[in-house]
Amino acid sequence: MTMQPLPPLDDLVACPQCDTLHHAGTPGAAERARCVTCGTILVTTRPAAISQIVVLALTATILMVAAISFPFLELDAAGKHSATSVVGAIAAFSHSLSVPMALAVAAFIVVLPVMRLLAILWALGPLAFGGKPLRSARPMFALAEMLRPWSMAEIFIIGVAVALVKVAGLATLTLGPAFWAFVALVLVTILNDTLMCRYSIWEMLDQHRA
Amino acid sequence: MGNAGSTPRLTARQAGLVACRRCGQVHLISDRICKRCGGALVSRDPLSNQRVWAWLAAGMIAYVPANIYPILLTSTLVDNQENTILGGVIDLVHHQSYFVAFIVFFASIVIPISKFMAIAYLVLATNGRIRGDSHRRHRLYDVVEFIGRWSMIDVFVVAILSALVQLDAVATINPGVAAVSFALSVVFTMRAAQCIDPRLIWDADRMPA
Repeated sequence: MTMQPLPPLDDLVACPQCDTLHHAGTPGAAERARCVTCGTILVTTRPAAISQIVVLALTATILMVAAISFPFLELDAAGKHSATSVVGAIAAFSHSLSVPMALAVAAFIVVLPVMRLLAILWALGPLAFGGKPLRSARPMFALAEMLRPWSMAEIFIIGVAVALVKVAGLATLTLGPAFWAFVALVLVTILNDTLMCRYSIWEMLDQHRA
Repeated sequence: MGNAGSTPRLTARQAGLVACRRCGQVHLISDRICKRCGGALVSRDPLSNQRVWAWLAAGMIAYVPANIYPILLTSTLVDNQENTILGGVIDLVHHQSYFVAFIVFFASIVIPISKFMAIAYLVLATNGRIRGDSHRRHRLYDVVEFIGRWSMIDVFVVAILSALVQLDAVATINPGVAAVSFALSVVFTMRAAQCIDPRLIWDADRMPA
């Protein structure tokens, strides 16, 4: 293969999935740049997105507090009443079988999502308000990216729906306020993940480095 | 944004460069640490396949007790019941909740097993001995990465049920051993999928036949 002179390294971007090199450019508003080989989205830049991401992360954090503290399911059977919050669902594992299991469920639906939101706020919050990023902004954003597959709030919601059907014959079930807080949380999180262009955020964090 | 080379398309490795998989910054192939995000730079990870096999084996081993032992222990006034994953699905079918039965069956049996096979296939395909369409393999990889987490549904259902149904003598539900091993199986398989280096999938096609 004949080698062409390459442009400066900072003007290049390689597809993380298939390693194909591209010239980094800025796509127009609401456009996405895809890899020519495998179609992976490379850049979806929108400068305003930073403040949207931060506001959505803030919203999600507040919803999380509601989702944890209110009961999310109430059950009535044979004159007995029982209500459970997320904390209750976690505690169910701690008395019977294994504490590791309780810790894992707690981690997947509460601890990791909260950590991820806080990491996003830490990394991008100052940028959204026109300031300089904090010194640990880059490791924090890396942490948020690493946690992404492990925060499973949306899977938990479907789990609740399945549990509803399973118990439906046995008792009367009512959805509590926390359930709806959780649903809203999931929608906000999905919206946030779609808005987020990793490449542009890293570039921005890089430019603002002290 | 255009391709940096003329046809055939140039990869970073062919150009003597290495890209950070986390932030996309391109470096010379001799660099080890990304200057932008501080991540480790590896052009192709020769150990990634071994890591995938190790996690995959762990996931498959944990999947065995997950199916043999009960995942749900239900006691009501009249009887005590122990449900395995498959038993729970059959119960749901008896209760005419076909849709939920389908979801649980899909999430806890179809997805894990097809994921084991898909990961093994993708790793075997990277050595170029199995010829095929990289685009299709890449789509398979995307699906495996995306779907892995959804197998946790059953674990959460068990957690919710055992938290909710604690009505003393009338009915109680407790988690069984299988809940733990199933959760472990899902986590191990997710790790296996994350350890796959997708660039190897494409390299297999770029190798001369």
